Amino acid sequence: MTAAKDFTLAELIVVAAAEAWRHDGELLAVGIGPLPRLGVSLAKLTFAPGLMLTDGEAMAVEDPVPLGPRGDYQPRYSGWMPYGRVFDSVWSGRRHAMVTPVQVDRFAQGNISALGPFEKPKVQMLGVRGFPGNSINHKNSMFLPNHSKRTFIEGEVDVVASVGFSPKRWQDGMDRSKIEIGMIVTDLCVFDFNGPDHAAQVLSLHPGITFEQVQAATGFPLLQAASMNTTAAPTEEQLAIIRRLDPHNIRATVLKGNPPGIRTAA
Amino acid sequence: MNKEKTLKDIVGELHDGMVIGVGGWGPRRKPMALIREILRSDLKDLTLVAYGGPEAGMLCAAGKVKKLIYGFVSLDLIPIEPYFRKMREAGSVEVAELDEGLLLLGLKAAGQRLPFLPTRVGLGSDVMTYNPGFKTVKSPYDDGEVLLAMPALELDVALIHTTRADRLGNTQTDGPDPYFDELFARAAKKTYVTTELLVDRLDKDYSDKAKSSLFERYLVSGVSETPLGAHPTTSHDAYGWDMKHLQTYAASAAEEGGWQKFFDEYLAGDEKSYLERVGGEAGIRALPIPTF
Repeated sequence: MTAAKDFTLAELIVVAAAEAWRHDGELLAVGIGPLPRLGVSLAKLTFAPGLMLTDGEAMAVEDPVPLGPRGDYQPRYSGWMPYGRVFDSVWSGRRHAMVTPVQVDRFAQGNISALGPFEKPKVQMLGVRGFPGNSINHKNSMFLPNHSKRTFIEGEVDVVASVGFSPKRWQDGMDRSKIEIGMIVTDLCVFDFNGPDHAAQVLSLHPGITFEQVQAATGFPLLQAASMNTTAAPTEEQLAIIRRLDPHNIRATVLKGNPPGIRTAA
Repeated sequence: MNKEKTLKDIVGELHDGMVIGVGGWGPRRKPMALIREILRSDLKDLTLVAYGGPEAGMLCAAGKVKKLIYGFVSLDLIPIEPYFRKMREAGSVEVAELDEGLLLLGLKAAGQRLPFLPTRVGLGSDVMTYNPGFKTVKSPYDDGEVLLAMPALELDVALIHTTRADRLGNTQTDGPDPYFDELFARAAKKTYVTTELLVDRLDKDYSDKAKSSLFERYLVSGVSETPLGAHPTTSHDAYGWDMKHLQTYAASAAEEGGWQKFFDEYLAGDEKSYLERVGGEAGIRALPIPTF
């Protein structure tokens, strides 16, 4: 296991994202978007063999399906996972997704629905889709490719699609115990909402990034976890797996300018 | 017993103000031939319930929709349906934006003739804010948990595209995912089906495919043979979605008078002329099934 010297930020993020699923055991694991999907695939192939993956449509697979045009690659199916069963997995809690909200607030609430007033949005986005049901039933992690005050906002998100810890959103008798926020992976750091009273706390800073930089790009206060360190560099073994899972190098198109994994101060 | 009907017959049985559910999922297996026939009719004030694809955008663009109840409205590779976006940003149609699972539960409640089904889905989110009619219910058991009572979504009609059907109303649907067509059919007073292939009796020639039937024939009020009738959406295993055509459609939303131009160019004639204009049978059958 030799740490690589030459890797991109996207590859660092894939390796960091994989950690989100490390202790999940056996459940339906979903990474939405190229980097989370590579992350969950890497986790499955290295340290989390119990994870169940799909082909992105309705079939379960044991070997993660590589990204993009498949060429001669033919997925082999181990089971059936139509949307009906996805909802059953969601509602039973046996799923962990990594998703990309457009806005996230200090309560870990996420918005993919719309920007501006709901009745007549300034920007219509996807709608809430499955976020309300996912977030109240099973663990969700997040990947945000552009860590800024526009994404991690100061107030509450415009539309609460995925639920969180805002007290005014909940009444007595509602069960919030199944809400679980996993890891938040960004282009600057990894954090979670496991500080006191679900406060956001930084777990690791990507190489070359300071805590002050991250705080300045975040609309709400961040804590430093006691164990805060530098996000681990990919190993050569991990990079080889990532290249095999992403033969068309789609990962290079996710972050603007495809920056290197180790950034030096400007 | 013969439930065969023309598209015109079926649309003739629909009325202004009806609640219409549409099967399929985004740009997948939508009964588009029937939707086009509705677009050519003078039906109006419809309430549309769907995991929406181009049918939702087109019916909104044509001014047919009074209220849209949706889990999403997406063309997948074009993530936000262009006319849905336009309608939302103009605030021109009443909407009920639901979690995808809530839509499922509302249909299920209607099919079971229940007033609601209890769920945690929606609590704590703005689904509660923007569906002000939603009420909660307290568990009568010791736990006393407060849950959303998702109201039944009762449909007047469901419109569903299938792979094969017979004149008795039996249907078979190929493809890896049945979506929630069954729930739409059960939630509706009447279900009208379009199909790639219509035969007298499915049991005679397709007995081995019986497990691909998604719902009982007693739910089916009419069947219309519409080969390629799901275009521009995917109909497994016959043809994939037509992303090029959907891009043309999407581009029209940005033009002044774009919808009318799109309608005149592609939809105004009959199904035969439509299919010729979008590449003909050979062209449509060559559209690959997408992978992800």
